[in-house]
This record gives sequence, C-alpha cells and structure tokens, in this order.
Amino acid sequence: MNGKSILTVDHLSMRFGGIVAVSDLSFDAERGKITALIGPNGAGKTTVFNCITGFYKPTLGAMRVTHLDGRAIQLERLNDFRISKLAKVARTFQNIRLFPGMTALENLMVAQHNALMLASGLTFLGLIGAPSWRTAEKRAIDLARLWLDRIGLIDRADDAAGNLPYGDQRRLEIARAMCTEPALLCLDEPAAGLNARESAALSELLLSIRTDHGTSILLIEHDMSVVMEISDHVVVMDYGVKIAEGTPQDIRDDPKVIAAYLGADEEEAIAVMESGT
Amino acid sequence: MTAPAAEPKLASRAPDVAFIFKKALISALVALVLFSLMIGIRTEAGPAGQLIYWTRFGDLAAVVAAVFGGSIVVELLRQWWGPVGTIRIVPPSVQSTLAVARRAIAPVLLIFTFLVPVIFYDQRYILDLGILVLTYVMLGWGLNVVVGLAGLLDLGYVAFYAVGAYSYALLATNFGLSFWVCLPLAGILAAFWGVLLGFPVLRLRGDYLAIVTLAFGEIIRLVIINWQSLTGGPNGVSSIPRPSFFGIPLTPGDDGLAAKLGIEFSPTHRIVFLFYIILALALLTNWVTIRLRRLPIGRAWEALREDEVACRALGINTTTTKLTAFATGAMFGGFAGAFFATRQGFISPESFTFQESALVLAIVVLGGMGSQLGVALAALTMIGGFELFRGLDQYRMLVFGLAMVLLMIWRPRGLIGHRAPTVFLQHSQAISSDLVKEGHG
Repeated sequence: MNGKSILTVDHLSMRFGGIVAVSDLSFDAERGKITALIGPNGAGKTTVFNCITGFYKPTLGAMRVTHLDGRAIQLERLNDFRISKLAKVARTFQNIRLFPGMTALENLMVAQHNALMLASGLTFLGLIGAPSWRTAEKRAIDLARLWLDRIGLIDRADDAAGNLPYGDQRRLEIARAMCTEPALLCLDEPAAGLNARESAALSELLLSIRTDHGTSILLIEHDMSVVMEISDHVVVMDYGVKIAEGTPQDIRDDPKVIAAYLGADEEEAIAVMESGT
Repeated sequence: MTAPAAEPKLASRAPDVAFIFKKALISALVALVLFSLMIGIRTEAGPAGQLIYWTRFGDLAAVVAAVFGGSIVVELLRQWWGPVGTIRIVPPSVQSTLAVARRAIAPVLLIFTFLVPVIFYDQRYILDLGILVLTYVMLGWGLNVVVGLAGLLDLGYVAFYAVGAYSYALLATNFGLSFWVCLPLAGILAAFWGVLLGFPVLRLRGDYLAIVTLAFGEIIRLVIINWQSLTGGPNGVSSIPRPSFFGIPLTPGDDGLAAKLGIEFSPTHRIVFLFYIILALALLTNWVTIRLRRLPIGRAWEALREDEVACRALGINTTTTKLTAFATGAMFGGFAGAFFATRQGFISPESFTFQESALVLAIVVLGGMGSQLGVALAALTMIGGFELFRGLDQYRMLVFGLAMVLLMIWRPRGLIGHRAPTVFLQHSQAISSDLVKEGHG
C-alpha cells in the first residue's frame, strides 16, 4: 500500500478441494519491523506461509514484496525457488529442515548457493580454481563464520547439523535463512520446543536481526511470551480469516482474540490473558 | 554337597536350552519348507518328454538336520562368546593401527595401480582384469555423482555407457575420426542424453524414478538393436579403430610406435597403453568429482539428497541441479563407453544389458554412497572377487552372493560408511552415515 510495507497480502484465499484453509486474508508487514501471525491450531497460519514462500499457489489473491529501491514483486507469479532468489524472502520450517548429514558450516554455505554459483562462473571458473572464485569462497566462509558466531555455534561449525541439540538446530536454521541475505525472513514457530532460556536467547537474536540487519521478520508463533515481547504488529487468524490486528497491547485486550483462544484451547487463552497482566 | 552350588547355575541354564531348541526347531522348519521342493523332489524330462520325478528324502533329512545342528552350535557359540561389540573383536590398539592403514590405503592403492603394468607385464590376464576393474571404477565414480551425491536412483546408467560406445564406434568407422577427437564428443553426446532423460523424470521420486530410468536404459538398447541401418542391429559394430599415441599407431609396421622408439614390437604395448588410458580417465573422473563436491554445484547436489524442500526454500533451482547431476554422471559414462568400444574393437547391444546397470549400481551402494575410495574398493571387490572365485565353478555365484550378504550385514551403509565434509573451519571430521540421507528422488 505505502512505502513502509515490505509485504502486502491482498485478499488471499487458499482452498484444498472443499476445505477453505485461508479466506480473503489481507494484511501488511512493515519494513524493518517484526510482524507476528498468531492463531489457534489449524487457523491456516502455515498455509499463509506456504503461499508467501511459493510452496502453494494461492487460489485467489495477490502477495507483493516491495524492496527499498521501489521494485515490487508479485509473489504468486514466481516459482518456489525464485521467491528466495529474486524476492529475497527466506523461510524456516515448523519441523526443522536442516541438511542433517552436512556440517553446520556446510549448511550455511549451501544457503549462499546463488551468489557462489555466479562467483564460480557457473562451476567452470571454480573447476580451474580461478582466483576470483577463491576470494568469493573465502568471503562466503567469513559470512558463515559471522553467523555461526552470532548464534553461538562457532565451536561446533564442523559438527554434523543432525548431531546438534534441538535448540541449536533451530538457531542454525535461522542463520541458514539469513545467509541467503533476505529482505524478509519468515519464521514458522521458531520457539517451538525451546525452554525458557532458549526462548529468551531466540528473542534476542530476532531483535538483533531486525535492528542490526534491517531484515523484516514475519513469524508464526505459539509462545505468547516471545510474540508479546518482540512483535511490533500482530495479526490474529482463526478458521482461515483475520479476526484482529494491531499492536501486542491491542491484541492482548481484544475480546475476540481471547474468545478464539478460549474456544480452541483453554490453556492458550489463559496464557494470552496472563501475559497481558 | 556340590548340588546346592550347581543348582542355581542349572536354573539359569535351563531357559537357555529351551530357547536354543526353539530357535533350532524354527530354523529346521523353515529349512524343511524351503528345501522340500528344491532338494526333496527331483524332476526331469523323460525320454518321451513326459515329466518324471523321484524323491530324495534322505538328502532332505540330512540338510534339515544340518540346519538344526548348525543353529544349536551358532546359538551356543553366541552365548559362550557373549554380546559382540567392536571393542571386543577389535581392541583399541588394533583400531588405531587400522585408522593409520585407512589413511594410507588410497595412496598405496594408487601407487600400486600405477605399477601394475610394470609388475605384471608378462601376465596378460592380470592386465586385462586390471583394465576391466578400472572401467568399472570409472563407471562407479560416474554413477556416484548421480546416486551417491545427488541421491537420484538411476537404474539405467548403462544407456549412457552405450551412447558413449556407439558414438565413438560410429564416428570412427563412418567418418574416420580418431579416438582422441571422439572421446569428448562421446562425453558430450552422453551428457546430452543425460539431460534428455533428466527432463521427464524431474518430478519423479524414489521407486518411480528408478523404474523410468530402468525403462530408459532398455529403450536405448532396443533402439540400438532395431535401428539396423545405423547401428548394425544385433550384429553390432566391428573393426573399431584402436587408439593411437598422439597420432602414432601401436602397430608392428614401420610407422608404429615400437619402430619409432627402436624397441621390439609386442602386443602387450597396446594393453599397457589401454591400461594407462583408462587409469587416466578414471583419475580425471575422480579429480573432477572431488573438485565439484567443493563447488556450490556439488554442495547443492548433496543438499538435494538431504532435503529437496529446504533446497527450494534457499533459492536453489532444483531442476537445473538435478539435470547437471544427470549430465555429469552421463558424461563420465560416455567416456567409459568410448574407451570400452576402442578396447574391444567390437560392440553389440549385448554388452549393454540391465545387468551392467545393476552391477555398477551395486558397486556404488557397496562402496558406501558418495565415497570415492569406497567405490574404487567395491569395484575391486566385485569385479576382482568375481574372478577370484572362478575356480569354484558352479558355486561361484553362490559364494559371491553369500559374501555380499555378509558384507551388507557387517557394513549396511557400504564399505566406507562415513561422509567427509567439503569445507571446515578448525578440523575436518567424518560424518557418520547414520546422519547422511540416501536421497529419495
């Protein structure tokens, strides 16, 4: 809509046969801000994510990413891998999808594939070991090293990703997504399965990604403490439709949101209310 | 007075005996069912073409009894020996020695291979066998790119071998092009067919991919058989020219290499020459593959094997990544095919059956998917081992099959069961194969 929003979702609908997973959803994600997408289980949050990142083709509606230079990219027209490559949208997965048999460092190198592919002259310059390739590779390793340092895994850089503890794998997946140098980072339940200390570290990491890198973040999260602490803007979904939108404080006091959570799961509604008091 | 002391021992023994007998009985029963028809009844065609049969219950009883007894012995041995752990069988001191040996095995093998024509100069059989093994090493390394790195199960690899062989054979016999000109052409043509195969199978995974690639291999063979005007059909292509040494033929004449060097001509020269050609080709394949693994394309192949969805989320074009894997593997297959044609001097569709594909795939799987050294060792075991058992005549396949089964029990993930990382910060540590995915499409 305006220059401030990086992602505009416009009347998005997604049907699977007779099931309407997402119905006429519109929202904006602001540049340089953290936007959270919350809602009870089965509300259609991950479907929205899959539409944005190109894993599903939406039945109706449009999604637009606007870059700083004013370039606007219609996401629904792009194939999955081009969304990461051209629209600079990176994502993580609800169930971690690292490359378990590759080291942490290798995972971060794979993420820089497109940049390295160009630097290696589509493999040919790399095959003969051209100096330009060597410097590009060194730069890529430095970027990976930087991220490993940020997530505190520099000492485990040469360990297989599948051998890392669960919390480390979550952070590594975020670092891997950041290595694609995205403008918009989409995180699907990054705090799932983390303990309180790890959640706090995650919040810190996400805030620093937003502040230090200027990367906008869109996240799905069930952990309300994380959502309320770091989000600038919250969109609430239930049964495929948006039921509320606003600052964390607005959402906390919104009776519709509390009702939706109460209807779905008592504990979660209590968690919402408690985090408000 | 000794009875009370012995009693608890007996009590602990008693359930073991029942267990052993139960296990032996089950084994004997399975053996009875299995062998009742195989051994118990012998059938033959009578003089008038009718079926005659007679029973051999004595032999059957002997086999079943052997299984029963054997099962008891094995179980007793197992209980006496206790749980089998790596530490128990291989003490740490031996293990450290083995680790040193493991590091040394690749260079030692390479040096030995270089010296084979020198050591076995007079033994034509060994030299021929060496060429055969090296051909399969090269094919294995080629297929390793597709199956081991990219995780795409390709059962029709022989198609590219055939394309390479026929490319050289037809180009050389029809246009008189030399081996060294045809070699890259054969590789390019095979890579082209690799891409052609790649396109329709891009969306297929696992079993479906395997079936379509299997069909592709058969299609190529059937086209070669039936396109008589071009390929000569089942008669094949004969009098394929031999490779020359930079334009100098290895013939007994005055312009031959032997005459130019002023040494006496011997047919062994050509064999040795061929040996070094295939060695050079195989080492080229190895070098390129090792290089590619450390480049973004190679890492993308391995990432594709690990998780295709994650690859797409990272902006990797999985289509071109798969196609380059197919093309690269096919190109090496094409090189090997061209070499095969020039070595044999005659090729026919019979050389390119599914059995070849299966053999090469077995080499890759046995070697430990993705491991270059493993593939080389597996090719040596499979091809060399098969020759080793030649003296056993009709039992050769049986012994060979048994050896394979034992190897797969002992080393389910192949001879070299770990993956070496392509890049490291502090130190390179091998990744256990339990973590490495096999790929599923």
